[in-house]
Amino acid sequence: MYYKTIKKNEVGRFLDGLLAEYTVVAPVRKNGVVGFDAIQSGEEAILDFSNTTASPKGVLMPQLETLLSARAGEEEAVEHTGMRKPVVLFGARPCDARAFMFLDRVFNDGIARDVYYGNRRDALLIVSLGCTRTRDTCFCTTTGGGPLSTQGSDAMLVEQGDGYTVHVITAGGAELMNSRGLSDAHEGVGEEIRKLALQITAEIDPPVDLSELKTSLDNSFDTAAWQTLTEKCLSCGVCTYLCPTCHCFDIADEDNIGVKVRNRIWDSCQFPGFTMQASGFNPRPTYRERHRQRIMHKFSYCDDNHHMTGCVGCGRCVLECPVNLDIRRVLGSFRGRNGG
Amino acid sequence: MTNPYMPVPMRVEKSAVETADGSIRTLTLSFARGEDGKAFSFLPGQFAELSLLGTGEAPFGIASSPEDSNLLDFTVSRVGLVTTELHNLKPGDTVGMRGSFGNGYPLEHLREKSILIVGGGFGFSTLRSFTGYALNPDIRRLYKDITVVYGARNPGLLLYRADLLEWEKRTDLRLEVTVDEADGEWTGRTGVVPAVVAGLDIDPRTTIALVCGPPGMIRFTLPALSELGLSPARVYLSLEMKMKCGIGKCGRCNIGGAYVCTDGPVFSLAELNKLPQEY
Repeated sequence: MYYKTIKKNEVGRFLDGLLAEYTVVAPVRKNGVVGFDAIQSGEEAILDFSNTTASPKGVLMPQLETLLSARAGEEEAVEHTGMRKPVVLFGARPCDARAFMFLDRVFNDGIARDVYYGNRRDALLIVSLGCTRTRDTCFCTTTGGGPLSTQGSDAMLVEQGDGYTVHVITAGGAELMNSRGLSDAHEGVGEEIRKLALQITAEIDPPVDLSELKTSLDNSFDTAAWQTLTEKCLSCGVCTYLCPTCHCFDIADEDNIGVKVRNRIWDSCQFPGFTMQASGFNPRPTYRERHRQRIMHKFSYCDDNHHMTGCVGCGRCVLECPVNLDIRRVLGSFRGRNGG
Repeated sequence: MTNPYMPVPMRVEKSAVETADGSIRTLTLSFARGEDGKAFSFLPGQFAELSLLGTGEAPFGIASSPEDSNLLDFTVSRVGLVTTELHNLKPGDTVGMRGSFGNGYPLEHLREKSILIVGGGFGFSTLRSFTGYALNPDIRRLYKDITVVYGARNPGLLLYRADLLEWEKRTDLRLEVTVDEADGEWTGRTGVVPAVVAGLDIDPRTTIALVCGPPGMIRFTLPALSELGLSPARVYLSLEMKMKCGIGKCGRCNIGGAYVCTDGPVFSLAELNKLPQEY
């Protein structure tokens, strides 16, 4: 781990250098919305935002991808798992960088490795943008992260004055940052960043004990509170689409004239059809069971199965919910509960 | 790296109508490529995804005994697009398969025990796999008594008629076939599965029950098994849930923290009692 430095007006040129070797996915502003997209030129990237509307998970898990296809008359299906050009995800906030550590546990484990995710993962380096612009909806410190947390990042930029300090974290990060003309950072910058981290962390609501919360949730599966807490939910699913850790998917086929394809598309536990069986029976028939599933999955089941909370506290679901359903309030009401 | 979403090609050897109304067929499949057959193995109670690229894929319990792992039976009820296309397959056609998936019946726990098999309707498929397996001479001696209770709504909906006729003749298996409603030609037993179970004489200390069937049958069979003295750890249920991936990733088949596709589909009642009632 070491530090380099880059001036704000040098970032565009630095990205142009990366573009010669990598596909670079960076925050861009389109129609007033900040989101991640592959850039063609360094100057397209913007870094003056709090967080993007949608998370960058699509870099590893596109909203729609073709798994298999076959042309008419061909028996053998083609697998669309080919290695891609190496990708740099640039400018993701630390919460989103950390979310990939969670997705890795779901898709990149040894037992049944998801080759589509895995091949993209092998080709990805993450340069995060330390969070110096927190929002009221942020709660990353509750879920184990922090505004300048390096978890999941290969390198991290931290805004300081008229430039960024470049924190080089992994060997992959070093590969990106070395021999690109970046100056070494000044002596004592590590200590400055540690102080800055404490200062920014203080802007975020104090963390909640999640292991205690998990026990409370496990004891409260059948409580009537689920009904009252989630009754305004529209089951629109926007929380799951914007969430950096939500990863549930559907597999759906298409038979276009001449080519048959099997696609994977994002799905949502908030939709009634998600668990609807062929017989018509649905184990999660109303918003109550579906919303409970979303909360329990993230804050209990993921902990059991992946030893990591399925939430990074980015706050997108709080910010964008059309009926202002606040996951922090839902969780808060279960704290210290023991059933009933 | 192997791709868990890539099916292997299977050849349709046979497509047999099981029920009088034609709504259920059993497909017998063989491996189109020898190497896929060699690499494949399964346990009774496991399932696989059948795939028709361009139409879709769906999970089915493997209905044949693993003694012959090169010929696989899948019993398919026609309810939607994929199952209708599967019904339309003819011998010689190709269909994709990926699997085997899931845990299967708890073979280790079953050794040296008496086995009570309770199946209803379409849910009998993997129990047929287990029964066929257990009746193999080398395997049969691992178990004490074997009792099979199998029911359907009416005689026309009874599956695997040839097996039932053969099992009836055996002395090392007790077979109780029942229908909810008889028709004019039915000479067998009439009555629901739970009532037949309630009338059995079994030794609860040495018996393990394997149960699969529709929710109504399960609801009334479990109390009957409890009445017979079977503890929850001695009752195993094979569950159904909507599935897509079969490998614990797509996120829809969980009951609490347990995924039916990887942790199940077979659970003991003791395990299920610790999980939420969301199935």
